[in-house]
Amino acid sequence: MALETAGVPTVAVHAHVFARLARSVATANGMPTTRQAFVPQPVVGRTAAELRAYIEGTDPINRCAFIESVIGGLTRPLDGQDLAGLSYTRSTPRLLEADTEDNLHRRFSENRWTDFAPVVLPTEARVAAMLAGTRHAADEVVGRLRPTAYREFWEFTVEKVAVNAVMAGASPAYLPVILAMAASGVSGRSSSTTSQATVALVNGPIRDEIGMNYGIGALGPYSHANATIGRAYGLLSQNLQGGSVPQETYMGSQGNFLSYNATFAENEQASPWEPFHVQHGFKPEDSTVSLFLGGWYTVFGGGPRETWEQKFTRSLQACDPYTGPIIALDPLVARGFVDRGFETKQQLIDWCVEHARLPAREYWDNQWIQTLHHPRALAGVEPYASMLKAAPDELIRMFRPEDIHIVVVGGETGAMWKMIGGGPRLTIVSIDKWR
Amino acid sequence: MSRTIRVHDPRGFPPEVIGKQLAPRLENLEGKTIYLVDCLFDNSDVFVDQLRQWFGEHLPGTDVRMVRARESWVDDPDLRARIEADGDGAILGVGL
Repeated sequence: MALETAGVPTVAVHAHVFARLARSVATANGMPTTRQAFVPQPVVGRTAAELRAYIEGTDPINRCAFIESVIGGLTRPLDGQDLAGLSYTRSTPRLLEADTEDNLHRRFSENRWTDFAPVVLPTEARVAAMLAGTRHAADEVVGRLRPTAYREFWEFTVEKVAVNAVMAGASPAYLPVILAMAASGVSGRSSSTTSQATVALVNGPIRDEIGMNYGIGALGPYSHANATIGRAYGLLSQNLQGGSVPQETYMGSQGNFLSYNATFAENEQASPWEPFHVQHGFKPEDSTVSLFLGGWYTVFGGGPRETWEQKFTRSLQACDPYTGPIIALDPLVARGFVDRGFETKQQLIDWCVEHARLPAREYWDNQWIQTLHHPRALAGVEPYASMLKAAPDELIRMFRPEDIHIVVVGGETGAMWKMIGGGPRLTIVSIDKWR
Repeated sequence: MSRTIRVHDPRGFPPEVIGKQLAPRLENLEGKTIYLVDCLFDNSDVFVDQLRQWFGEHLPGTDVRMVRARESWVDDPDLRARIEADGDGAILGVGL
């Protein structure tokens, strides 16, 4: 659209499953008649001959020859709508019209303001009580969110965050954590076709102040704080960013169980190593929430036992090479690694970096490595440029040290660990700022 | 009659949308310079190259220049400036 604005007629070609999304984005950018042409999905994995057939075939959305969509898009004269663009304002009132509880529940569900489980209706009294959880003013702007980089940002206040916290069933004491998550700028409802979820890790004194679970069952439904903070983060993400609606503001092909809730705390007391937030420059007395945009996979194991090196190597190789793992270790496992000479998390991370290797051919054949790292390699960005020079069968490193994270969590009922897709982006936010 | 209550709207505040005009269209593509922009999604280079070949075979009077964005999902101001400087039109693909 920037090219159009600069006077260059432009046609954007999309796979047909993105038609609604493409129209929606164009409308939200004030240019609803943007010229678009569509080919069938998929493009990925198709041969040159098959893609040529797309070009010589039919545009499944515009219902004409594909090439006619392209050439017509550049040459068809503008009409009044093209010249006018579309200006509009959308209001979201502070309060909805009065209605019965049943009707309001139905309205929230039909408008996709819920996760389809029952919510607590955000009455004025409940929201006022929630706001007692922070010293910040109700009308203070907290931040902006959007489901993906090509959508517009929506803005929100402390009160709007409190509304969603009420809906999730959270307690006022949790509000600083929820505000910090909202302020992060990281959505818990990313639109990515890869079905990203956002994994959230809480560190510092607030874990105990609000009763978060970092012991038995910490990653499961065994804590009011973990459960409702995570749910609040999901609800506020979808509602404050302008929605999370399939084909418009959500395109995750399979979805992700972790989108319901992936919020937990580190077992700092039982860990033999420094807490995650201290690794990243915070003080032990600081309270933080760390957000990992990923959550695609989980690999499970026990130990460390005699063959742990083989198990860990195979598990790391099973991880997605674009997405380094969060390695969540029960305290028993963490102490087992200390017994094997790993005195810091970093030493174990360095071991993982050294041993997580794939043949270069396999690494570069990964869809997201191809889409995101390959252009960087061609532009000379390291380490990707050097990795691209490797022979096809050469074993190359899958991850940089900063791609792998180690967290200690669990209740010591079993020496278990998980590798959870962590994602390429880590954002750490102060909770104390939002008390 | 059931009791009614008032509750908060849970949505954030959307930005105002300012309408933008499309650029004037071309009368035809003969003698024009058209940039074919590979947006770097997996296999889009193959698609864009096939489109370049199609133009070469069917509209040889059009100067089609295939270029690559610097990175996926990241604005490339240098490439935009180049297209604006000497391009008559642009085709971007493929959005996945």
